[in-house]
Amino acid sequence: MQSSLMRRFSLVDVYLWAFRIMVLVVVIWGTFGTIMARRYPGEVWIDFVVFGLSQGSIYALIALGYTMVYGILRMINFAHGEVFMSGAYTGYFVAAAFGRSGYLDRNPVVSLLVVLAVAMITSTAIALLLERVAYRPLRRAPRLVPLIAAIGASFFLQYAFRGFFGSGFQAYPETQVLKGTWAIAGINILRTQAVVIVASVLMMLGLYAFVMRTKTGTAMRAVSEDREAAALMGINVDRAIVTAFAVGSSMAGAAGFLYAIVFKQVHFFMGFTPGIKAFTAAVLGGIGNIPGAMLGGLFLGLFESVGPILFLDGLGIVAPYQLKDVIAFTMLVMVLIFRPSGIMGERLEVKKA
Amino acid sequence: MRIPIALVVALMVASGQYFVPAAPAATVGPVTDPVGVVKIEKDRSITIAYWLVVAGPDASLGIDSRRGVEIAIDDKNGRVAGHRIRLIGEDTGCNAEGGVTAATKLSANKAIVAAIGSNCSSEAVPGAPILWKAGIVTVSPSNTAPKLTAADRGPTYDGYLRTAHNDKVQGRVAAEFAFKVLKLKKAATIHDGSPYAEGLQGVFAETFKKLGGAVTAQEAIGPTDTDMKPVLTKIAVGKPEIIYYPIFTSAGGHVTRQAKEVSGLAGVKLMGADGMFSPDFLKAAGDGAKGMYLSSPDLSPEALGPAYGRFQEKHQKKYGEKPLSAFHAHAYDAAMMIFAAIEKVAKKDSAGNTYIGRKALRDALFATKAFKGLTGTLTCDKNGDCADPKIAVYQVVSADPVKWDAGKDPKKIYP
Repeated sequence: MQSSLMRRFSLVDVYLWAFRIMVLVVVIWGTFGTIMARRYPGEVWIDFVVFGLSQGSIYALIALGYTMVYGILRMINFAHGEVFMSGAYTGYFVAAAFGRSGYLDRNPVVSLLVVLAVAMITSTAIALLLERVAYRPLRRAPRLVPLIAAIGASFFLQYAFRGFFGSGFQAYPETQVLKGTWAIAGINILRTQAVVIVASVLMMLGLYAFVMRTKTGTAMRAVSEDREAAALMGINVDRAIVTAFAVGSSMAGAAGFLYAIVFKQVHFFMGFTPGIKAFTAAVLGGIGNIPGAMLGGLFLGLFESVGPILFLDGLGIVAPYQLKDVIAFTMLVMVLIFRPSGIMGERLEVKKA
Repeated sequence: MRIPIALVVALMVASGQYFVPAAPAATVGPVTDPVGVVKIEKDRSITIAYWLVVAGPDASLGIDSRRGVEIAIDDKNGRVAGHRIRLIGEDTGCNAEGGVTAATKLSANKAIVAAIGSNCSSEAVPGAPILWKAGIVTVSPSNTAPKLTAADRGPTYDGYLRTAHNDKVQGRVAAEFAFKVLKLKKAATIHDGSPYAEGLQGVFAETFKKLGGAVTAQEAIGPTDTDMKPVLTKIAVGKPEIIYYPIFTSAGGHVTRQAKEVSGLAGVKLMGADGMFSPDFLKAAGDGAKGMYLSSPDLSPEALGPAYGRFQEKHQKKYGEKPLSAFHAHAYDAAMMIFAAIEKVAKKDSAGNTYIGRKALRDALFATKAFKGLTGTLTCDKNGDCADPKIAVYQVVSADPVKWDAGKDPKKIYP
C-alpha cells in the first residue's frame, strides 16, 4: 500500500506541490495585505496598469523577433537586444537633427514617422547582415554553435557602437506634441504611453495578419513546421528565413523608437536589459509562438509594474520596486517549472528537428 | 629512481616559491617597513594609479577627477621626490564589480606607490580592502558614503582616506535647506541601493525628521532601471512636497523626466545631490530639471579663494572646457596630499635610488594636518576623513548642458 503511494507521488512531485502552494500563499497573503491596507486609491491602480501595458508592449515587440527566429531556425538570437539598440541609437541622430532645426516641432508627425522608419530600416539591415555573415554559414552546425556566434555578435555590435559614438549616453529631443496627457474614456493617459500602446498593437496586428494571411507568411510557417518538406514543396527556405529575420528585427527597430520617445536616453549598452526581459517574455508566452510573445510581453510589463506593490507591499517589504526584476525573473522560473512550454507554447509531442 | 617531472612541477607549484618572487621584504635598502617597500631606481618614474569611472554613462564624474589629478601633476612639473610621475589607471564602472576588477588589476602591479579613487562609494566598499591587502594606500576624491570612514570600518580599510566630504554633512545641509529655506514639511526619498545613495538619503531623512518634518516614503530603484513611473506613482500617494533622490546621472535623469509626468507630482520640488552635479545630468533629464535643486561641494570663489580660480584657468587651457563635475578640486587635493606624503617618507641611497615604505606612506597620509588644498584646509582624522566640507545647494536655471557653469547656472542659492 505504502509503496504504491510512494510510486504515485515521487519526492519531486511533493516538492513541486509544496513549492506551488508556498508561492500561492505568499502571493495571496501579499495581495490581501495590500488590498486590506487600502493605501492606494483606484486611479493609482489604473495608472499602474497603463504603465505596465506600455512597458509590456515594448517588451512584446522585441520578443516577437526572438520568437520568430526561434520558430523558424530553432535558435535564440542573443544579438537581438543589440538590434533593438542600433535602431534606437540611429534614430537618435535623425531625431536630434530634426530637433536642432526645429522641424520636429513644426511637423511632428512627419518627423516622428521618419525617425521610426530610420530605426526600423537600421535594425533590419543590421539583422540581415548578421544573418548573412554570422548565422547562415553556421546553419548546419550543431545548435550551440550559432548560439555562441549570436553572443559574439552581440558583443561586437555593443562595442562597435561604443567605439563609434562613445560610451556616454545621448538624449532624444523633447517633442512638444507628445508632452502632457490625453483623456481617454475618462482616464488621463500620458501621450507617449498612448502612442506606444496604440502603435505596438497596430504593428502586432499587422505582423499577425502578415504571417497568417499572406503567401510569404504561409511559406514562413511551412518552413518552421518542416524545413525539408517545405523545400520539397518548392518553398525558398533561405528567403523565408531572411523574411523572418527582417520582420522580427523591424519590430525591434520600432520598439527601439518607442522606447526612445518614452525614456529619451540611448547608449551602447541599452539593449541588454530590454533584450533579456523580452527574451523572458518570449519564453513566458511560449517561444516560437507569435501571439504568445505578445501576451508574454504584456504580462511581464504588467507584473513589473503592478507586482511589487500588489505582492510585496502587503508583505511589509520596504522599497519594493528595487525587487522589480526579482518578480520578473521569478515569474520566468515559475513558468519554466510548471509549464515549460510557456503560456501559449506549442506542445512538443511532435518533436521538430 | 626517476622522479616523474609532473610530480616535481606539481610540488613546485604547490609550494609556490619557485615561480613567484618572494613577497616584498620588510627591509629594502635603507628602509624597513612592515607592509612593504617600493624601490624606484634612479631615472625611473614613480607610478601613481587612478581607479575612477572614466567610461560609461557616469564617465563625466571620473574624467573630471582624472583631470584634477593631471593638473596636480602639471603643477608639480611632473616630478615628485626627484622622479617623474607616471599616471596609470583603470575604469571602475560605478559599481561594485567594476571596483573589484580595477582594484584587483592594480593590486597586481607592485610598482604602484599610491592610488587615487574611487569615484562611487559602491566601488570603494569592496575595492579599497583589495588595494590595502597589496599595500597600496588610496585617497578617494568623491566617495561620500558615511560607512567608508565610520569608526567601525575595520582594519581592512586602514589604507583608505578621502578628500571628499562625508555625506553626514551633505545630507544634513540638504535636509536643513529643504526644511528651513524651502519651508517644506513632507519629503520622500529614492535611492538606488548603492552605499552612496542609501547612506545619503538615510542622513537626509533622519535630519528632516529631527527638524520636525515627515518622511512619507523611502523608496528604492535599481541603478539601471528606466521606468520610474510606477515607483513615482507609489510615492505620489503619500503627497510629499519634495523628493530627494541622491543617485547618479542616468537613473536620476529618468526620475527627473518622469516625475513631472506622474499625476499628483506636478507641483512637487525635486532635489538631487553631487552624483548628478554635471552637465551630463541635464542632458539625461531634459527640461524636467528646470528649477530643481542639487546639493554639491561649494565651488564658488568666496568659499574656495583665488587658488581655485587659477585652477579653472589651467583647466580651460588644457581641456578647452569647464570642469565636467564636482570633484576635480578634491582629486587635485588628493594627488597633492599623496605627493606631499611621498616627499616626506621617500629615502634615497647613495646610488640615487628612492625607497618608499608603504606603511610609512600610509601613516604620513593619515598624519596630514592643516594641509592647504584647493577645497580648504585638510586635516585627516584617524578614520580617513580629510575633507574641509563646504556644501552648497544649487538650483538649475536653464537645463541646457551647453550653458553649464557651476555657480551661475546652476545657480548657487544656499548658503
